[in-house]
Amino acid sequence: MNLFEFSYGIIHWLVDLVNHLWYWLGDLLPWVFGDFFNAVGDFAASHGHIAVMAMLVEALIIIIIGLVNVLNFIWIDRKFMGRMFDFYGPYYVGYRIGGWLQNLADGFKLFLKEIITPAKVDRVGFLLAPVMFVGSSIAAMCTIPMGYEFYVGTNDIPYDAYPIPGGPEYPGVPASVLVAFALFAIAPFAILTAGWSSNNKYTLIGGLRSAAQMMSYEIPMLLCVASVVLLAGSFSFFGVVEAQHDIWFAIPLFLGFIVFLTCLVAEVEIQPFDLPEAEAELVEGWTTEYGGARFGLFMMTGYLRGYVGGALAVAMFLGGWHGPAIIPDPIWFLIKAYIVFVVIEWMRWSVPRVRVDQILNIGWKRLLPLAMLNLLIAAILKTLEVF
Amino acid sequence: MAEMWINMGPQHPMTHGLWNLKVKVDGETVTDAEPEVGYLHRGIEKLCEDRTYTQIIPITDRLCYGSSLTWSHLYCLTVEDLMGVEVPPRAEYIRVAAIEMQRIASHLMWLAAYAADLGAMIGFIYTMRDREIFIDLLQALTGSRITYNYPRIGGVAHDTPSNFERDTLRACDYMEKKLVEYEDIFDGSKVFMMRNVGVGKLTKEDAMNLGITGPMLRGSGCKYDLRKDMPYSVYPEMDFEPATHPDGDCYSRYRVRMEEMYQSCKIIRQAVTKMPKGKWRIVAPRNAPVGSGLGRVEDPRGEGMMYVVGDGTDRPYRVKIRSPIFVSVSAAKHMLLGYKVADVVAIMGSFDMCIGETDR
Repeated sequence: MNLFEFSYGIIHWLVDLVNHLWYWLGDLLPWVFGDFFNAVGDFAASHGHIAVMAMLVEALIIIIIGLVNVLNFIWIDRKFMGRMFDFYGPYYVGYRIGGWLQNLADGFKLFLKEIITPAKVDRVGFLLAPVMFVGSSIAAMCTIPMGYEFYVGTNDIPYDAYPIPGGPEYPGVPASVLVAFALFAIAPFAILTAGWSSNNKYTLIGGLRSAAQMMSYEIPMLLCVASVVLLAGSFSFFGVVEAQHDIWFAIPLFLGFIVFLTCLVAEVEIQPFDLPEAEAELVEGWTTEYGGARFGLFMMTGYLRGYVGGALAVAMFLGGWHGPAIIPDPIWFLIKAYIVFVVIEWMRWSVPRVRVDQILNIGWKRLLPLAMLNLLIAAILKTLEVF
Repeated sequence: MAEMWINMGPQHPMTHGLWNLKVKVDGETVTDAEPEVGYLHRGIEKLCEDRTYTQIIPITDRLCYGSSLTWSHLYCLTVEDLMGVEVPPRAEYIRVAAIEMQRIASHLMWLAAYAADLGAMIGFIYTMRDREIFIDLLQALTGSRITYNYPRIGGVAHDTPSNFERDTLRACDYMEKKLVEYEDIFDGSKVFMMRNVGVGKLTKEDAMNLGITGPMLRGSGCKYDLRKDMPYSVYPEMDFEPATHPDGDCYSRYRVRMEEMYQSCKIIRQAVTKMPKGKWRIVAPRNAPVGSGLGRVEDPRGEGMMYVVGDGTDRPYRVKIRSPIFVSVSAAKHMLLGYKVADVVAIMGSFDMCIGETDR
């Protein structure tokens, strides 16, 4: 039973429960609404309706998993940072579970604050940016399967309409690698929108830095993805993960893995590359004008992007959900994603921030040639039919 | 993008205090800059005219939160010059040990703030942690942790506490080990080097023309240290070498301060072991003669100078304070032009700004 069938079962059960009411009403009032109620009942019991509802339930489940992961991530981040810095990290709120509830307390405080929209901002952009930022990140999260049975998508939509490898033969989102990276790359535009519409010089510089930064890391990152796709021969995460059944791509494509991880840090905008919100230079960067719940959403989504980044690294290079079968697939996936996240956090707290011209240098003069070399290695491996 | 002025300050994470740096940027490049100090003027020089010579000591402590002991020591030196008071040798040694501890604490606080400016939070936490050791020692010596109120005209307030020598030597050993660790954290980090080497160039000639002193001048390759060149207190008897670094960029200023911490550990060791027995304070006269006294010391931030004019009463006629950072900050425009916005933070961080003494 996969996630879709599970959700389908729940909805089917609910529909059966409610349909008693519709058909009973139809029997009760046959002369006025009988046909109408029976038709409603038939529609509710139809496969299409249940499938759509089941997909919504799936999305809900995935979002809940993501948000719980965010709470865990913030907690891990604070605890890990604390241990690195010789203090304990969160401690008192949720004393018996290691201060885990501190995040909830902080989020609650942020969500209780007044939501302020400054007078001279461009309202459309200012209000649209959080939606773009949060929405694209959650959508990217939904495209990544966490196991053979654990993905968002239906069992039965015909995929013949998608003539790309990874389309028809695998379940879930068709060509999910492409979709995931496309959705994941929307955030810089949201940041640019937020920075520009806030009518503030710090946010403007922060937003434009985000655009400049995207120029530098996006291409090497996608070249690494291209090398993985080349080896796997599929645009679907299922295909990529299946191809790593014997050996993780991080081993033959070690160079690409390092480049990918570096670009990932830049993509999720944390410490060595957090130029858009460099707090020492630009007060709070592009989030300067946002407060309360909106700031809370930004911060939460920052960690959510950390999770998505970790998940992408795991799916592309670290064997996805493969592991000894004693632990279920999604748990393996999460463990690996957490480890990637901790490595990123380790980097975050121990190195200074780079400058905006230096990140362009790093991207174009270092990462791009390495990514090209990595692509060449992948092509050679593919030609020699090692994979 | 068109050119625009950005206010970095008075409320800005970069400023470390209350001052304003207006920066004109073209995209990310600085094309003009204008430092603006004076937000923290408390009228300390004027306040001094209203108090007796002893009452002024706590006020001079408030000149700088980072190195308050140096300033009260400078004041006492100046008034001793005015009154012609001879300080007992034990007091001189205690003073030297204390101000060198203060120098280490001040440099560590600078390093912490500088690391946080560059975004390396680990540097901030580690240096602030190790600063505690010297603050604790100073607390044992003087009784307080920020504003010590310890030197007196004609000596120091108390004798050293018990086990002071042992604890100090132990702290110096610990500190020298930790300094190696900091060098691993900072010099070993490629990103730190990228952000520092070649940033904020200040040539030797420019530094001398602009009247800059202290680690910034020595970071430009000029070997000028008042402790060697115009020795006061018992510095002539200490064996140490003023730290210099030739390049004149942020990295050489960082190197100079790191090297100074090693040298300070060396001086503290010598001062503590050579410390003679005897009196630590003599009673100075209440009234100063008509005349003037001048004191110059090597503050952690540069050359601190005080000029006190006595008019025969128990209050000074005039107290003039020369602050090193007030002079150095005039070089900001000179050093910032052509660098990026992110470099503004690094360059101004390498000044070691202390607004208390700048605005007085």
